[in-house]
Amino acid sequence: MLPTIWFLLWGVLWAVYFMLDGFDLGLGVLMPFLAKTDTERRLIYRAMGPHWDGNEVWLITAGGVTFAAFPTAYAVMFSGLYSALMLILFALIFRGISFAFRDAVASPGWKSFWDWSLILGSFLPALLFGVAFANLFQGIPIGEGGLFQGGLLTLINPYGLAGGLLFLLLFTVHGALWLAIKSTGDLHHRAAAMARRLWPWLLVMAVIFLLATRRWTFLYDNYLAHPVLFLLPVAAVVALILIRLFMGKAQWWRAWFASAGLIGSATLFGVVGLYPDLLRSSIDPAFSLNIANAASSPLTLKIMLGVALTFVPLVIAYQVWAHYLFKDQVREEDLEHEEAY
Amino acid sequence: MDALMLSRLQFAVATFFHFIFVPLTLGLSILIAVMETIYVRTGDETYRSLAKFWGRIFVINFAIGVLTGITLEFQFGTNWSRYSRYVGDIFGSLLAIEATLAFFLESTFLAVWIFGWNRLSPKLHCLCIWLVAFASNLSALWILIANSWMQHPVGYAIREGRAELTDFLAIVTQPFAIQQFFHTVSGAYILAGFFVMGVSAYHLLRRQHIDFFTKSFRLALIFALIFSLAEIVQGHIHGGEVAKIQPTKLAAMESHWNTQADAPQWLFLIPDEKNERNLVEFGRLPGALSLLAYHSTAATVKGLKDFPPDERPPVALTFVAFRTMVGLGFLFALLTVVGWFKRNRLLESPTYLKIMLYAIPLPYIALQAGWIVTEVGRQPWIVYGLMRTKDAVSPIAASQVGVTLGAFILVYTLLGVAAFYLIIRHARLGPPPAPGAPAGEEV
Repeated sequence: MLPTIWFLLWGVLWAVYFMLDGFDLGLGVLMPFLAKTDTERRLIYRAMGPHWDGNEVWLITAGGVTFAAFPTAYAVMFSGLYSALMLILFALIFRGISFAFRDAVASPGWKSFWDWSLILGSFLPALLFGVAFANLFQGIPIGEGGLFQGGLLTLINPYGLAGGLLFLLLFTVHGALWLAIKSTGDLHHRAAAMARRLWPWLLVMAVIFLLATRRWTFLYDNYLAHPVLFLLPVAAVVALILIRLFMGKAQWWRAWFASAGLIGSATLFGVVGLYPDLLRSSIDPAFSLNIANAASSPLTLKIMLGVALTFVPLVIAYQVWAHYLFKDQVREEDLEHEEAY
Repeated sequence: MDALMLSRLQFAVATFFHFIFVPLTLGLSILIAVMETIYVRTGDETYRSLAKFWGRIFVINFAIGVLTGITLEFQFGTNWSRYSRYVGDIFGSLLAIEATLAFFLESTFLAVWIFGWNRLSPKLHCLCIWLVAFASNLSALWILIANSWMQHPVGYAIREGRAELTDFLAIVTQPFAIQQFFHTVSGAYILAGFFVMGVSAYHLLRRQHIDFFTKSFRLALIFALIFSLAEIVQGHIHGGEVAKIQPTKLAAMESHWNTQADAPQWLFLIPDEKNERNLVEFGRLPGALSLLAYHSTAATVKGLKDFPPDERPPVALTFVAFRTMVGLGFLFALLTVVGWFKRNRLLESPTYLKIMLYAIPLPYIALQAGWIVTEVGRQPWIVYGLMRTKDAVSPIAASQVGVTLGAFILVYTLLGVAAFYLIIRHARLGPPPAPGAPAGEEV
């Protein structure tokens, strides 16, 4: 029972991370297409400024929980996906630092260096998280004793790339919607138009991914065994349609929440299909790491559950408060305050 | 080089770099919180400007600290997967708790603090920086509890080929962890104090923003004075714990080869690891080592020769790092005590101010040296007495680690240069003129 609860919590943590950081990763990717002037670029930074760091802590927590609840899976996953993970980490470092550094020096070269850090530093994680998770869904070549048998390019395969593209589209739509909420004038119109233009591509990619999942993974097995679970992919489809409806009515907050719902349910769709495996071996199912052979001791899981049930609601409460505090649109006069980036 | 050596170097580079920035975060957050509290209580606008000026430096420094911390967490999985699997039940949960309790708190409320000057009441805004200070120190507590478990594993049982948790309370309350926490954060507070004093001295020497930087200097002086003195007493107690639970580390710290009662200390010595002796020994203090480690000159101190060679840490490095740390620790106490007597006539003490300006790097060196003692002195173990470092490394190709190690060195050097460029630039610039004040006037 405890390992199952933790498996679900593990999935939920990753889902929350993607729902939150997804918008600032996506917005980082879109910045060169949306901002024409330095002021507009600063407005985009400012729209993410109070949130990106708090969002990224969900990644640290998701990683930490993988370590704490399923140490064997953590060990195999992170050493097996070594190069991809390191690439993500370096990208996240550059991107995070660009927020603090970009406007500290007035030189255009300096600014442009950090702008590109933000753009690439957002693009790579958005793409690579998709590639990595699609590969987890599909199974990776784990041999006996959890030894990773693949090479550098193992992750680059059609299904993995489909996952990468899907994440990229999910996050860019999410980011465009965020900017549509947060901005006014030209920037707002460009963000709104971008979200509307990207949506059909997201739809196409989602359909391709669902079909590819049928072709290359066993994710549907759990769903066929327990048809009630189909509510999850149905929820994702409904959320996808709702995004379009709300965009049509220019209700940006609602569209953003629908988009968050889509990202969350899409992640959970994969995670639930994976159960009870955390890492499915593509060599032999006997080598797979699952909630039985990869979990921590019951005592650790129990203590961790106590900590999570006490503190995660508290975290959610103050993060919601922080979001509420900065709910307003960002305007040019906000940039004049000295505390702004 | 093999994947083991490369992974060790990579972890050392990553920790070293991370720990350049973390101590300033730990101490400066408290100093800023005190400044803002004085502002809220007295309404003195200077203290508001103080909090903002030092806050700017804090934010740059904080960003690097946080982002380089993420790579550390993930490296346990990427490079030390055998370790992660073996001790994840305990070590992993401590890291996860750290993230849940502390990281959310500090990152969320720091953002609110940065952007909330005009949105929150002064009291609530001040509370935010206190939460940041509390959370960053709380995170230090949890990571040091985790590190202490590597120094002195308790509360576990070996089951199914791994260390499993049996007593959570024993782990989080073990005296070694508490000592290590106080030792590390006191060092961090000294560093932050010296940083603020050094930057203030720069401006006071130039006779600019005198009121602003006198206030900064005095506040930092009190802070650094308290913790420099406390650190000496506490460091001694901490050393006693090391003697009790990590005899090989103690012997390496002192380059002490032969087991003996009434063990002396030497004012100066040169270790000769190859021949298991000291090349030069000078200035004998009879019985001092026994006395310091066990509070009795009669006590026996085990020497390195009594341990098999494959259980000894690198002696010269541990020894030099320890001496450096202790020597600097006493220097900090001396400098802050002198400062206490000069506190009311700082401007008439240019020599002292100059010394304090050039003293900024010293606590950085002392803290890194302290970590070398802790981590190198623990070798060849990754978990003292339980798991060897060479058994902990991931089954990954050396070429992979070689590439990322190169990337770490390159990227971190670049970022380090950029960060210090920004911090120094901002520090030299001084506070912005007060609203409405003509340019160049005293703030």
